[in-house]
Amino acid sequence: MQLDDLNALVAKHVGARKKIVLRTCMSAGCMSSQADVIKKNLEAEVKAQGLEADVEVRRVGCMGFCGQGPLIGVDGLSAKEKLFEFVKPTDAPAIVGSLKGGACDVQAGNPDHPFFAKQMRIVRANGGIVDPERIEDYLAAGGYQALHQVLTEMQLAGVVEEITKSGLRGRGGAGFLTGLKWGTVAKSAGAKKYVVCNGDEGDPGAFMDRSVLESDPHLVLEGMAIAAYAVGADQGFLYVRAEYPLAIARLQTAIKQAKQLGLLGGGIFESPFNFNVDIRIGAGAFVCGEETALMASVEGKRGTPRPRPPFPAESGLWGCPTLINNVETFANITAIINRGGAWYAGIGTEKSKGTKVFALTGKIRNNGLIEVPMGIPLRQIVEEMGGGAPAGGQIKSVQTGGPSGGCIPAAYLDTPVDYESLTKLGSIMGSGGMVVMDDATNMVEIAKFYMEFCMEESCGKCIPCRTGTAQMFHLLEKITQRRGTARDLAKLEELCDMVRHTSLCGLGQTAPNPVASTLKFFRAEYEALLQPDPHGPRANGSVKTAEAVTP
Amino acid sequence: MAAKTLIIDGKEVSAEEGATVLQVARDNGVKLPTLCHLEGVYDVGACRLCLVEIAGTTKLLPACTTKISEGMRITTDSDRLRKYRRMTIELLFAERNHVCAVCVSNGHCELQTLAYSLGMDHVRYDYIFPKWNVDLTHRMFGMDHNRCILCTRCVRVCWHIEGAGTKNVAGRGATSKIISDLNQPWGDSESCTECGKCVMACPTGALFNKGTTTGEMEHDRDKLEFIVNAREKQQWLP
Repeated sequence: MQLDDLNALVAKHVGARKKIVLRTCMSAGCMSSQADVIKKNLEAEVKAQGLEADVEVRRVGCMGFCGQGPLIGVDGLSAKEKLFEFVKPTDAPAIVGSLKGGACDVQAGNPDHPFFAKQMRIVRANGGIVDPERIEDYLAAGGYQALHQVLTEMQLAGVVEEITKSGLRGRGGAGFLTGLKWGTVAKSAGAKKYVVCNGDEGDPGAFMDRSVLESDPHLVLEGMAIAAYAVGADQGFLYVRAEYPLAIARLQTAIKQAKQLGLLGGGIFESPFNFNVDIRIGAGAFVCGEETALMASVEGKRGTPRPRPPFPAESGLWGCPTLINNVETFANITAIINRGGAWYAGIGTEKSKGTKVFALTGKIRNNGLIEVPMGIPLRQIVEEMGGGAPAGGQIKSVQTGGPSGGCIPAAYLDTPVDYESLTKLGSIMGSGGMVVMDDATNMVEIAKFYMEFCMEESCGKCIPCRTGTAQMFHLLEKITQRRGTARDLAKLEELCDMVRHTSLCGLGQTAPNPVASTLKFFRAEYEALLQPDPHGPRANGSVKTAEAVTP
Repeated sequence: MAAKTLIIDGKEVSAEEGATVLQVARDNGVKLPTLCHLEGVYDVGACRLCLVEIAGTTKLLPACTTKISEGMRITTDSDRLRKYRRMTIELLFAERNHVCAVCVSNGHCELQTLAYSLGMDHVRYDYIFPKWNVDLTHRMFGMDHNRCILCTRCVRVCWHIEGAGTKNVAGRGATSKIISDLNQPWGDSESCTECGKCVMACPTGALFNKGTTTGEMEHDRDKLEFIVNAREKQQWLP
């Protein structure tokens, strides 16, 4: 298909749109509160009230304010969009009636709420606006223009250069420079190369990637296709966890539709570029989010990590050079191509460019997904957008980075949210989970929770992670049950150091972070639980080592 | 193959390109503790005992899977490394039920030897005492999961030397387990060729030839009765 044909298709689609649009969030969060029934009722009510000529009910992706869902947005009625919150299936007559000026007691949302107003939406620009199951909607929002531009106007190196210029860093957590990674894969020798999208989001409280995949699947597919062109790959794999059935279904639909229009498959835009994407469904192991374990899983093997080097860019899937990026990283690509790397580099801080999507959850008034420019102070997110702790509570700490991250105490709320600042505080940017905790939270229990998570999710391959986390969990259990002594705390700290420095993959290397960061900022809470040592204050549990190693 | 020169523990050595740090260390008489490494099968870098310090990287790297490069400066022994190695062994002893005194491998066990050499005089962690069973369904061999350290040497020899593919790992974390076929009793395995390579590969007493365990020793109680009868009743026939 040529661009002209595509534009004609879009014009036809846009021309068929009606004056008033009822955007119904059909993302997993709202779906769990019967959004599908709400949409059906709205459609029936539009028919019943004779508004079919002017009103359409559109299925859309996540609008972000998940704590207030199910959400309905209304366009075309007034200059400003209208928003309905906490919608129930029985609210349909009142909502449709209100379009004709009728009374409506459904809670109206405020589209100018700081939760929305302070956002900067690049990755989630289409979330809550386009129908994720209709490619025409994505095309009408400017979709696949970037891919066309890349295929017809740009050299391979030019694409990599643009991404490098943008300063984009991997959104999976570690923050490796995306342009550098693409450049390495592009330069690696090999007739066959692969592009892999990591959608194995598994941090407790994190749902950014799920939302992107459910709300705007084509954005990720287009990003992958551009990446494939830039590095010289013709096959992609989308690795999505099985716990995201809606995301998988929508991706399948999206791939099918893109293939029908010749935007995936052979000879894309009638160029010599071929790119196919297959979905691989995870089997419930957190560790498969680690890139080498993920690749083993894609190959059909047991999902366990292997030592790096060699890095996937050199030897990945079936030994071929492989580019592996996170969902959100790919979702940034089209905007960078459309608007230029320099534009993107103008957002954020010196070392952290662009925006980041966070799942704001926990003890906070406004729960949901936000996309903010890098460098925004944590306080703005938590207090202004999040509205602070619910009545009676005070914010004590903010957890970022899930089981690999740490707890940032309230005293550091003015920290700018960027890779370096969070690392300096003993936490990490991570994939975007942000769990707010109030003063009723016991930090030792939190550390124990995350340690239990890591222990259960350890693949069992390397000894420090497999049994070190088990011992750390045991020690934390002892301490929280008021059976631990100062010696146990010393052992715990020693294990934190050992597991961090000797584990094979990122899961083990970062597993001690929640413990280390709570020990750093909330040590008194640990010490308050300790019991006097029945053996007295002698040996502190430090290790005696042999004089020489003679195996 | 081009030769590379590098420095191990302050000593300048040369080695062939493509060699691993472990190969070069052993070729030059530098002793490095290992558990999951086995000559003849590929390395997985799982036991973390052969971790070494390499100048220029902050991360400790496993000698068995790290390829050498020109000018590499490697430190294989330091207080920090010794401490980590000893802790690793301690963690293993606390993890499952390693009771040397009643183990078939007592005296010729790699785990036990490492514990001695790394100066592990006691285990500072609480023993977990998990409940693991012993699979004695096979005609010739037994598998005692209490002694298993999950080094996967058996799995690798089974797949890559024998080519039978009987052994595998199931589960995850501390509940990982070496299984036969689709987690069946070993004796029911249709793929096992009874070659015994897994038993040869096992560093501990987890895999053993039947008839060699301490628990299977015959006490010959009948002989006592025979002696007593002979002495007191002058009765020489049973």
